[in-house]
Amino acid sequence: MSAWDRVLKARDKNRPLPLDFIRKIIVDFVQLKGDRLYGNDEAVIGGIGYFLGTPVTVIAISRGRDIEENIIRNFGSPNPEGYRKALRLMKQAEKFNRPVIIFIDTKGAGCAIEAEERGQGEAIAKCLYESATLKTPIISFITGEGGSGGALALAAGDEVHMLENAIYSILSPEGFSSILYKDGKYFKEASEIMKITSDDLLELKIIEGIISEHGNINENFEETIIDIKNTINDFLGRTKASKLDDLLEARYNRFRKFGNVRWKI
Amino acid sequence: MAIFKKKRNYFTLEGNIDELNLPPEVKPSIPEGVWHKCKACEKLILKEELVTNTYICPKCGAYERMGAKERIEAIIDEGTFKELSANIVGMNPLNFPKYEEKIEKIQQSTGLKEGVLTGYGRISTLKVAIAAMDPNFIMGSMGSAIGEKLTLLIEFAEKNSLPLIIFSASGGARMQEGIISLMQMAKVSAAIKRHSDKGLLYVSIPTDPTTGGVTASFAMLGDIILSEPKALIGFAGRRVIEGTIRQALPDDFQSAEFLLKHGFLDAVVRREEMKEYLHKVLLLHEYKS
Repeated sequence: MSAWDRVLKARDKNRPLPLDFIRKIIVDFVQLKGDRLYGNDEAVIGGIGYFLGTPVTVIAISRGRDIEENIIRNFGSPNPEGYRKALRLMKQAEKFNRPVIIFIDTKGAGCAIEAEERGQGEAIAKCLYESATLKTPIISFITGEGGSGGALALAAGDEVHMLENAIYSILSPEGFSSILYKDGKYFKEASEIMKITSDDLLELKIIEGIISEHGNINENFEETIIDIKNTINDFLGRTKASKLDDLLEARYNRFRKFGNVRWKI
Repeated sequence: MAIFKKKRNYFTLEGNIDELNLPPEVKPSIPEGVWHKCKACEKLILKEELVTNTYICPKCGAYERMGAKERIEAIIDEGTFKELSANIVGMNPLNFPKYEEKIEKIQQSTGLKEGVLTGYGRISTLKVAIAAMDPNFIMGSMGSAIGEKLTLLIEFAEKNSLPLIIFSASGGARMQEGIISLMQMAKVSAAIKRHSDKGLLYVSIPTDPTTGGVTASFAMLGDIILSEPKALIGFAGRRVIEGTIRQALPDDFQSAEFLLKHGFLDAVVRREEMKEYLHKVLLLHEYKS
C-alpha cells in the first residue's frame, strides 16, 4: 500500500474515532470539561474512567463523524483551550496518581485569529513542557491523523503507538508539497518522502509500536480493541514495576535521542 | 482604437539574437555591501552605519533582522563569548533530495554552519548561557542540529547553574527533516523544564520572525518573555489564516505589541536597551559575576 493510500485510510470518514475506542476500552467514562481559563473546546475530549478496574485519565483529540459533529469539534483542530483542558486533566491525573491514556486524531492545531489571540503556541509549548516531568505514566495512540505540533502536544509522554493505517507528520502532505515544491499537487510524492506511515515511524523509533487493523478495522474492530487493551495493560504493568525517577529519565531520553548530528570542521 | 494598431508592412529578420554579439547591458548598480536599502522607509543607508547602529535604520528607526553573530555582539561583553558546539551540523534523516547540497550552499553564502549560535559569556559582567538563532539560515528553521545545539546548551546551563537567554528567529520546524524536526520541539522543551526545575532563570526573546514549532515550544517557555518593537511572533502563518477566513488581517496581527496586549509577553524592549534590561533582570534574580 502506498503512503498516500494510508493517508486516505487515516482520513476515511467511516474510520473509528477516538470516542469509539474510549467506549470500548474505558468503563464508566465520565467526561470532564473546560480549561478553567476561557472555555471548553470540544475538539479535545477528556475525562476519567476505569481501565480493567484501574482508574485512569483519558484525553483525546477528535474530529467529528458528520458535518454537525465536525462543526462542534472544529474538524478536530483544537484551540488553545483544548490544550489547556488537556493539561489541566494531566495535572489532575498526577495529583490522583492516575495513568494518562491519550487517543489522537487531528489534522493539527487550529489556525485562526482567536487561536493566535489566546496563545496557541504557548498552549502547545506548555503541554510539551509539563509532560516532560509529569509524575504519572502517559501513553498515546494515534488512531487517524497525527498532525504536527497539534498532535505532538499530546504525544510527549512515555510511549506512542500508532494504528496500522494512521499517519503522523510534520504537516499534511498537501502542505508539504506546497511549501517545498511550491505547488500543492505533488502531495502523493510528498507523502512518500515524508515518512509518515506507521512502518516508517517505527523504523525511525518515533513510535514504540503498531496496532494491527486486522485487514479492515471496521469489520474487525473488536480484534483491534483487544490489541490496544493488551498494549495498555502491558504498559501499565511495565511502568508500575519501574521507579518514578527511572520512568522520567526514560521519558527524557525518549526525545533526547532524536536528531543525529555530526561534526564538521 | 484600431487606428493605433497599424499593420507593419516591412520584413523582420529571423536572426538568432545570441549570434548578434551584442555588448552586455550596463545597468546602474550600487556596489554590493556598501549601501543598504531600509525595508521601511526605503532610503539608502550606509551598511557600516546600519551595523554600528545595531541594525536599526538611522533614518527612520525601523529594525532590520539581525544575524546571530551580530545579536551576540550586541548583548555579550566584548571578548567574553565562548562558543559551544560550534562544529555541530545536521544529517539528512529522511534522505531528502538535494538537502545536503542546499545546506552546503547556505553554509557558504552565510558563513554559518547552522541556524543557531550557542555559548556562554557575560552581560555587564554577569555570566549567562546564550543562544541566538539566525534568520538568514533557511529562515532559522529548526532541524536536528539546532535542536541538539540548544539542548546541549540548556543542559550545560543546568549543570553550571547558569541563567539561560535564547533569542529566537525562526520560521518553525525544518521541513526537510520531517518528523525528526518535530521531535526537537519536545526535546528542547523537556531540557528547559529540567533547567527550570533547578530554580534557574530562562529569558526567552522571540525576535522577528518567530513562528510555528519554535513559538509552540521553547520561545513561549521563558520565565520572562521579551521581544522587540514590531517583531512578528505567531503560531500559524498569516497567509494560512487569511486563506482560511478569506479576509485580510490587520497589520499589527501577530506583532510583538499584539502579543503584549493579549498577555503573552512581559515587555517589548527597544533593541538599544535590551542589554541593560537583561542585566537588570539578572541582578534581580541575584546572579553574580
